[in-house]
Amino acid sequence: MSIVELSKEERIGFKSPFIMGGLGLLVLVFFGLLGREGDSTFLLSRKDDVVQLPELPVDSSTLGLVSGLLMLAIASYSFVLARQNRKSPMWLAVIFGLLGVVALLGWLATGNTIPVAFIAGTALVLAVPIMLGAMGGLMCERVGITNIAIEAQLLTGAFLAAVVASITDSYTLGIIAAMIGGALVSMVLAVFSIKFLAQQIIVGVVLNVLIIGITNFLYQQWLTEDAENVNFPGTLDIIKIPVLSDIPVIGPVIFENRITVFAALVIVPTLYFVLFKTKLGLRARAVGEHPLAADTVGISVARTRFWWVTIGGMSAGLGGAAMTIGGGGAFGREMAGGLGFIALAVVILGRWHPISAAFAALLFGFSIILRIWANQVSPGFPTDFIAMVPYAVTIIAVVAFVGQSRPPKALAIPYTKG
Amino acid sequence: MKLELRGITKRFGTLVANDSIDLTVNPGEIHALLGENGAGKSTLMNVLYGLYTADEGQILLDDKPQDFDGPGDAMAAGIGMVHQHFMLIPVFTVAENVALGHEPTKALGALDTAKARQQVIEISERFGFNVDPDALVEDLPVGVQQRVEIIKALSRDAKVLVLDEPTAVLTPQETDELMEIMRQLASSGTSIVFITHKLREVKEVADTITVIRLGKVVGSASPNASTSELASLMVGREVELTISKKQAEVGDVILKVEDIAALDDRGQRAVDGVSFEVRGGEVLAVAGVQGNGQTELAEVLLGLRSSLSGRGHIELTGQDVTEASVRARLDIGLGYVPEDRKKDGLVSEFTIAENMMLNASYKSRFTKGLSINFPARAKISADLVKEFDVRTPSIDTPAGNLSGGNQQKVVVARELSRDVNLLIAAQPTRGVDVGSIEFIHEQIISERDAGKAVLLISTELDEVLALADRIAVMYRGKIVGIVEPSATREQLGKLMAGVSA
Repeated sequence: MSIVELSKEERIGFKSPFIMGGLGLLVLVFFGLLGREGDSTFLLSRKDDVVQLPELPVDSSTLGLVSGLLMLAIASYSFVLARQNRKSPMWLAVIFGLLGVVALLGWLATGNTIPVAFIAGTALVLAVPIMLGAMGGLMCERVGITNIAIEAQLLTGAFLAAVVASITDSYTLGIIAAMIGGALVSMVLAVFSIKFLAQQIIVGVVLNVLIIGITNFLYQQWLTEDAENVNFPGTLDIIKIPVLSDIPVIGPVIFENRITVFAALVIVPTLYFVLFKTKLGLRARAVGEHPLAADTVGISVARTRFWWVTIGGMSAGLGGAAMTIGGGGAFGREMAGGLGFIALAVVILGRWHPISAAFAALLFGFSIILRIWANQVSPGFPTDFIAMVPYAVTIIAVVAFVGQSRPPKALAIPYTKG
Repeated sequence: MKLELRGITKRFGTLVANDSIDLTVNPGEIHALLGENGAGKSTLMNVLYGLYTADEGQILLDDKPQDFDGPGDAMAAGIGMVHQHFMLIPVFTVAENVALGHEPTKALGALDTAKARQQVIEISERFGFNVDPDALVEDLPVGVQQRVEIIKALSRDAKVLVLDEPTAVLTPQETDELMEIMRQLASSGTSIVFITHKLREVKEVADTITVIRLGKVVGSASPNASTSELASLMVGREVELTISKKQAEVGDVILKVEDIAALDDRGQRAVDGVSFEVRGGEVLAVAGVQGNGQTELAEVLLGLRSSLSGRGHIELTGQDVTEASVRARLDIGLGYVPEDRKKDGLVSEFTIAENMMLNASYKSRFTKGLSINFPARAKISADLVKEFDVRTPSIDTPAGNLSGGNQQKVVVARELSRDVNLLIAAQPTRGVDVGSIEFIHEQIISERDAGKAVLLISTELDEVLALADRIAVMYRGKIVGIVEPSATREQLGKLMAGVSA
């Protein structure tokens, strides 16, 4: 091929190398050159782990220095790529981000220890409601229905799981109730948007307000009055998978968890498989992209949308259960606290792909635990600022690496035929 | 398989789109369904395909009455359809599109991609289609996309194949190839319903012709009938098939375009170094298969789409307008008839009068200070409706309620009633009835004769040949040649396929 002269609009541009270079410099200067004196100790094993790995003490400012230099090296590589009009690959961005996080952790924990397994494990647990909510949202959006009501589904799931488990003394029933609750909220959304062709955003907002109202009312009138009997579920047992949970670091993080976490870890790859490798997924995506074309090959658009939205609701309901019996225990007023909306953002950040969305959810989980932990190791430091870091990184990542994403074409458009 | 439609009636509200239509297609026959835009051909086929339910009437296949609840039933019964607007999912591969709806699977419902690819390759080879099963549909040219549609129908063992305006997106050569494919299919026993409004194609390929007008069957004809005979049957009166025009009196350069380039919505280069001039008193037609950058070119000329920075420039009556706003360009005297009148030409919910002043909403004959001069607007609109023969109950009728032809006349009236130096007409007669086509063509020619420059962008070769004084052919964003209108269809066809003259 002949060499075509590219104009400004067609070039990849130097946005990402410059942003990465800037971040690398920040790390180098603040965590490295101006870093704090002292060691940070990375704890890879817990005291009672079968396999004990040695503690890893590192000098905090050296860590910052090395990370900063590596980040600058990546930035220069990205610059070279951009010169050749090539995009920096995603894995490069991931390594870049990890380096930054390690430097941040090391800096925060100067003179202290960093319990790696604890931080990673808690990040995962905290991410589970977001992850399951996002999977639910993703299932809706892939068939062309916008689901703003993830928040409502999380709340419904959380409420029903706590109440049903308390009353029946059965966690299984609690989980089932949560999933049915999420599905029912979904069905309302499905019926209004498929049958009555309503504005999906409005239905979603109304559902959120409605469910917040109902749960608040019941919480005040019923749960607080009779908490011992109806809002005292306790939490699910932690299951240790034999052998696998003895693997250092990974074991305690992944293979020693509650059933809700395991469910999320199974649902994400399953959804990926179904969506991209099976007939059901092909049809679902066809409905979300071009419903009329799907209709002309004999796929029922209404039925496909209805079931995917409903099952998506079950996933979000389970996410709600993870907040109560899978974590905190009792139900609290408006306990979803915006996680449903974060899940919505996670779907977009993950570009409607289950695996990427799951990682995006983990990022949010990590930012929550980071704030809590930072407060413990470096009291007095503005924790809100620390908590902001992952989000700032996210925004930069979206701008620099993800670029323009393409949602399903028929998203939020009601389907009618002549 | 023998297909029979008996007394099919389909109403939309008070509009009768199909009025007890009878049609019989014998096995192995190519049956042309000839009719104007809006005659009800597509409605009839959508009834046959199960997308619409008929209000009255019966569909019979091999003399057995059918009851289709949806396209799935029609397909299962052996009816395949190649839709005018392709029913393909752009982000899927060819194999995925073909497999969709009857996917070969392995264990766990997993797609058997190998099998799906194999199916595409088999059919593709049998008919010499040369289609890559792994290509993404959005990356394929429209001609190939149509082949994917045909493969899709054949992979479902269609015994009756309906082709809805299949040649609209093809070059003359591709059209010939398609006709060859149709003959091949027919000789292997497939019944073919060929929907079109192009007389030449009907005469060339059809065994039987049924003519539909205003939702009714008005007669049948043999392919030996003369073109003018078929045309008058289709329109209901004598039609002038050629337009008479004087020798062009060419004036000064009005529009000068030099080496401009632009990206399409996906960031691909759609216009790639285009240069040309249009002089006063001439019609320069930009011909080419749809999707070769014509849409983007028109948008760049109007200022809706920015051209690539640092490249080329556009001059309108001697002024550099490369960076100028749309309004500045309109003020210099640019008239624009957009390709998609529903999307870019009119606000359907607005009345005709409101639409007439869309591009003159400030300091114009429609305004008085900051407000609208309602009496003036009513008068101007009424005059324009009369002058441009817009058939409407009143000037307060919403534009969306008019037929395609009358909507287009509203757009043309609005653009031509201003004092324009240059008229850009993109697909001015798409989806318009023959009467309106004649009228719009006359208007375009009278602009030219008044010394205005006209840039006609059209994918209809007949229209290009009838109106143009010079023809520029676009292929993949470039102008591959500018020829005289005396060029033959073959020459133009070659240019449209990218073979330079």
